[in-house]
Order: sequence, then structure tokens, then C-alpha cells
Amino acid sequence: MSGLTTDEILHLSRLANLTLSKKETTTLKDQLSDVINYFKELKKLRTDDVSPTSQTTGLEDVLREDQVDATRILTNDEVLSGTDKTHNGAFVVPQVIDKDL
Amino acid sequence: MNFEPIIGLEVHIELSTKSKMFCGCPAEHFGVSPNTQVCPVCLGLPGALPAANKLAIENCIRFGLALNCEVSEFSKFDRKHYFYPDLPKSFQISQYDLPFCINGKYESIRIKRVHMEEDTGKLIHTNLNGKKVSLVDFNRSGVPLVELVTEPDFRSVDAVVKFLKEIQLTVRYLGISTADMEKGSMRLEANISLRVKEQESKRVNELPDYKVELKNINSFRYLTKALDAEIKRQAELLEDGKKIKQETRGYDEDRDRTFSQRSKEEAQDYRYFPEPDIPPIRIGELKIKNLKFKFPELPSQKRGKYQKLGLSANYIEVLVQERARADYFETALALAKQYNISEKEIAGVMVNQNLDGKFAEPAGLVKKLVELQNVDYASQADVEEAIKKVVLDNGKAVKDYQAGKEQVLGFLIGMVQKELKGKGKIELIKETLISYIHGR
Repeated sequence: MSGLTTDEILHLSRLANLTLSKKETTTLKDQLSDVINYFKELKKLRTDDVSPTSQTTGLEDVLREDQVDATRILTNDEVLSGTDKTHNGAFVVPQVIDKDL
Repeated sequence: MNFEPIIGLEVHIELSTKSKMFCGCPAEHFGVSPNTQVCPVCLGLPGALPAANKLAIENCIRFGLALNCEVSEFSKFDRKHYFYPDLPKSFQISQYDLPFCINGKYESIRIKRVHMEEDTGKLIHTNLNGKKVSLVDFNRSGVPLVELVTEPDFRSVDAVVKFLKEIQLTVRYLGISTADMEKGSMRLEANISLRVKEQESKRVNELPDYKVELKNINSFRYLTKALDAEIKRQAELLEDGKKIKQETRGYDEDRDRTFSQRSKEEAQDYRYFPEPDIPPIRIGELKIKNLKFKFPELPSQKRGKYQKLGLSANYIEVLVQERARADYFETALALAKQYNISEKEIAGVMVNQNLDGKFAEPAGLVKKLVELQNVDYASQADVEEAIKKVVLDNGKAVKDYQAGKEQVLGFLIGMVQKELKGKGKIELIKETLISYIHGR
């Protein structure tokens, strides 16, 4: 049974913006490896005659005309209702740009 | 060592549609109060279902066609994942392996792809209570954005600027975006690396093993300065025998230098996968034909036409810079044909005297030109008669002129014109007057 390496787990955690403890890293390494190995079951299926797809509905060209639908617009209060960090109608987050000169 | 820059471009253009790319919120966001044009789709709330804007897709394809691209018969959207506060879903709906348009060419520049995606929210970096913060406004989130990617075919900063100005003009002719860099509806990123010039003969087409991405360029002036600064930085490092790190850099105008923004390798892992919520799109021959049918004449075609008319390069460039002005010129030209007014005359009064600004309709301008044409100019004999009189009456002025006071000539011409009740042709008066005085 092949599995993920610790480096791969750490890479994934950075991409997911998560900080993992050593213990969590070990646990997740085993769990994710299991999941990936389970997917290998699919390799047993014969897919020679099946073309790849990313859709299950069989639909195509589901488009909308270029029209404004104001009924779906939320009020500013509704938009900001999930946070208490606001300023003049905007969300406030810690600054992310680093000028590493 | 002599280096030559290898530059490729990514150009983002915000389309001027009424609604956003995947929802019905208004797309125009400039100067709108923060977070007042957002809905569950463009805020990335769970369970929201995106539906693609048909006109935006058509305009993306028209842009691709203008750049001589092939249009993909079968296309789809993909999710591009990364974390940033301006991206509410933590992924951007974009296109990965099946973009709408590929393999274009614009003059000598190869166009790799033209694809459709959505814009992100806007971050305003500021200080609040002594803390460095960013304010997030999602009004821009989900606005249709077209991305154009070129191959690394530029070898000078001038070539980059020339290409971009042409792209901007083309977009405006197509009427699909204002392409206003200051307002952010046209944004640039440049990939840049250097190679030693002398090697070119031995290692043709070999590209350097690194590239630096310059981001957030918001004017042509800024672009030139940022590219020059980055070329200088890379040349200095290479001269010292150092390797150049592959990374994203910004430009600090105050210090006239670029700075490192984030290391590229990690950020590049976008984990694209097909957008399951939007069915794929099929674009048939008929559809492409219809889009081509609605094509306006593009700047390059207008230039060709005007060259054939014999207009000077300067006139052509001024007329072509605005589609409305080029159209005005052509309408005026068609109207003027029966009056024997030349294309040069019309172009001349538009470029030199801005007469098209005075007459809202081309017909008004042509009428004015016809009037001018019908003015009865004083005959040569009348002009000579008037000059004789003026010279007799203004003996002192004539002497002053003969003594070298050139500026007196204007006064004398004015006197002759007065004698002719304004019906004299200035050039004729001037010539006749000078030869008359000298002949005396």
C-alpha cells in the first residue's frame, strides 16, 4: 500500500491554509492515504470505451442573457452580517501584501 | 555583456456588460458604495448556482477572432484554487485546458490563448487604529474578465507598449470594454527574463530557465518604468554571475525598483478542476460566422484604407485613435464626394482645426467646407489695385519693411484685406505684396 509522504501532507496543508501539529500530520497522512488507496479501486473498472467527462447531467450551453437581476442583490447589512470586523461597508482583514525589499 | 529582454504578457480586460459573469448583479462597479452589488453567487455563499453570461462569452470570442485565434468548438469552465481575501469562494471560475480561443497571431506576436474568467473583489490597503488592514469590497467580484496570454515574443519595452496600445484600441473598436487602465478595466502582467544577445546565433529560440512576473501595472508610463527597472535589476544580477529567482514582483514607483511579492512555486499549485456547476459550451461554425458578421472594421483595416486615400501617417493615426472619429471622417467623406472636396481637406480640418468638434454631424462640417469653397475670392487684378493704394497710403510702413522690419508685413496684408473687404486670399496678397514692394 503506497501512501502520501509527510512533505506532501505539509504541502497540502499550506495550500489549504492550515497549520497542522505533528500529531495531526501523522493522523492525516494515514487517513488521506487510505482515501487515495480506496480510489484505486476504480482502476479495476474497464474504461477503454468510456470518454472522460466532468459532467453528469448531459447538458450543454446553459447560458443566461446579459440582464441585471436586482432581486438577488443583498443589502449591505446582510452582506456584512457574518462578521463584526467592518469599516464603511467593507470587510476588514489583516493586510496581506508583504513588501520584501 | 549585452542582454536582450524576453517578455511575454498577460492582459486582463474587464468587459462592459450590464450584468456580472455568473449572476445578475450589475457589472459596473466604479465609484459604487462597497458591497452593495453582490448576491449569493458572487459572494461565494454555499449552495449558490452560477449561470454564465452569454454576451460576455460572445465578446470574449469576438476579441479572440480579432486576434486571429482559433475558436474552440468545445469549451468549459474550470475552478482555479488559491487563498486570498478578495476571492470569496477560495477559487476563481476560469478556463484551464479548453479556453474559448487559442493560437492567435497579431503582427509578429503569437497569442497563446484568450479565455474567460471572473474578476475578484477589490482590496484597499490602509491603516485602521494603527493597524495595517485591508478593506474588502466584493462589488467587482464576478465581473466578466477576459485574459489574453501572449507567447514570450517581445524583445523590447517599446514593442510591448506598441502592442498594448493596439490591443486597447482594438477592444474599444469592438466596443466590448473601455479598457481604461486608470480605472482598472485593463490590467497587465509581464513575464520577463534576460538572455545574452551574442548567444542568439548559437542557441536560437532557447529561452532562459527562469521568468519573473511583474504584477499590478496600471498605466503605460508605469509599465515602461517597471520593465526598465526590472531589466536593469536582472542585468546587474547576471553581470555578477548570480542566478535569478523565479518569483512575482511588484514595482515601487517612489524608489524606482521592483520588489518581491511571493515565491511562485507554491502559489502556482492552483489545483484546477472542471467547474461542475456549469455545463460545457459548444460553439459551432454558424455561431462563429454570426459573430464575425457583426464585426466592425478594426484599426489596422482603417489604416490600410486611409493609406490608399493618400493620407499622411500623422493624419491616419489621429483619425484612427477613436472609432467615432474615424466613422465621422468616413461619413463626411461620402457626403463630400459630390462637392469635389478632397479627403485630405476633410482630414486636415479635423486634425488641425478640430472642426469635427464644432459640428456634431459630419453633414454640418461638409456644409461648412462647401461654403468656404463658394467664397468669391478677389481677382488678381483687384488684389494688385488694392496693394497699389495701400503702398501709396502707408509710405512709412513700406520703408520700415524695406529697412528689415519683417513684422510690418502683417500690418500691410491686413490693410490690403480691409481694402478688399475680406475677400482676398491671404497667400495671394502676401506673395503679390512682397514682389510689388521689392519690384519698386
